[in-house]
Amino acid sequence: MKSLSEKGVRRILMAVAFSAISALLLITLFIINEGVPFIFKYGVGNFLFSSDWHPQQMKFGIFPMITASLWVTFGAMLLGAPLGVAVALFLSEYVPRPIMRIIKPTIELLAAIPSVVYGFIGVIVLAPLIRNYLGGPGLSLLSGSIILGIMILPTVISISIDSILAVPQSYREGSLALGATTWQTINMVTVKASKSGIIASIILGLGRAIGETMAVIMVAGNSVNMPHSALDSVRTLTANIALEMSYATGLHRQALFATGVVLFVGIIILNSIASIALRKRMVKG
Amino acid sequence: MTTKFQIHNFSFFFKDQQILKNLEFQIPSNEIFGIIGPAGSGKTTFLRALNRMNDLETEISHKGNILMDQNDIYTDDFDVVSHRKKVGMVFAMPVPLPMSIYENVVYGPRLSGIKDRRALDGLVENSLKAAFLWDEVKDRLKTSGMRLSGGQQQRLCLARVLAMQPEVILLDEPCSGLDPISTAKIEDALTELKKQYTIVLVTNNTKQAARVADKTAFFLMGELVELGLTKQIFTSPVKKQTNDYITGRFG
Repeated sequence: MKSLSEKGVRRILMAVAFSAISALLLITLFIINEGVPFIFKYGVGNFLFSSDWHPQQMKFGIFPMITASLWVTFGAMLLGAPLGVAVALFLSEYVPRPIMRIIKPTIELLAAIPSVVYGFIGVIVLAPLIRNYLGGPGLSLLSGSIILGIMILPTVISISIDSILAVPQSYREGSLALGATTWQTINMVTVKASKSGIIASIILGLGRAIGETMAVIMVAGNSVNMPHSALDSVRTLTANIALEMSYATGLHRQALFATGVVLFVGIIILNSIASIALRKRMVKG
Repeated sequence: MTTKFQIHNFSFFFKDQQILKNLEFQIPSNEIFGIIGPAGSGKTTFLRALNRMNDLETEISHKGNILMDQNDIYTDDFDVVSHRKKVGMVFAMPVPLPMSIYENVVYGPRLSGIKDRRALDGLVENSLKAAFLWDEVKDRLKTSGMRLSGGQQQRLCLARVLAMQPEVILLDEPCSGLDPISTAKIEDALTELKKQYTIVLVTNNTKQAARVADKTAFFLMGELVELGLTKQIFTSPVKKQTNDYITGRFG
């Protein structure tokens, strides 16, 4: 009887696991099925590298959106990655452990704030500041980058701290006993030993930044023009899909799915580069 | 014979627990000073007081002084980092840093600002030779230090301390996890090294102290019970507790 229930549990778990995998598979197939034919019909070059997005006139060039997505993400990483790693190093190496144990969950709580709230703060506080002090419409590439940079902080900090704390204390002691200062020890031993985890945290942050939609729609301005400065209003790939999907039909709708395909492929390429880099580091270390 | 360390009425506390009690003795230069005693007798804490590694713990305090070459090492403005460059330490668990054998050895010298490739190469060769490891690793200096056997790792840890050209070497049960052959190699190295360095050796293995130490101190419950020439401690100890410990009746 026992073996029968064993088998039953096994089957049920297998069915659940397969339903998750098949959901992923179906979503992928659906997007590809809806989007890829359009890309070839419209022309890969025209779609990816034309700056003309006028759905009413059947013009579907997403180059401004690709540019905007890349710049906003790049800006977010430029702000979030160094700041996040620095906070992680400070909390794990300089702050007494009991205090760190209070601060870390607090930071992780930042990830639980809905993105619409970040967007709201961006619109109310950040955009007017940028408009008044730097010029432009305020709702811009810069404000999108800053909001996203803040939003990825909990991811970067939390995973970085975990990997830094996993570095054996004996490495630090060995280094300090050889006459290294705290900073030399961090720089030459701790960061090296936790490099793969720190890189992983940055990549997860990158994934979050490139895929984030709500906050970006609210603060980046959503103009479909090619950005010429950080103060220009921009529309990212994600924002493009979210803004127009509700009323798009026919070719327009297919073009949005194709936008999804581009986003999908982009993220897969980024993740692959990251995991290859990670594996290399692991073999080396 | 000169005195390297003078310990004056030194007590050490962790929270409100007293680990070391009113220690008062001297450690001479260019000798191997052995410290024996059962677990929890404060041997390691004392050793880590000499290079101030205890500073890494929280809620610690001390009374009294420790003088190295007549300078108090517990004054407020004392330069701990350069002190640790002069007082090298080998830990109980052999833990090379996560880098190549070569990089492990030059870690200390690099911190001191030595950049010249030839000088570093020379230091690596001399230090590994002095730690009796050169012949085993000279063809693979670029491989990770973590790939060595336990005994080799511990000699690598000794070599990286020697490369800093310290004045004192502290060893905290350096052979506790090692096989007899590796242990013998480390002991041979120590006997050579005492010509140039002052060596303080904490060991759980009383026979090791008997083999290599010139003077031996017996610690019990944070107190110094007896201190004397190794030969005298092991053949005619004055205190009954010392006799009981070295004959294996407790501890």
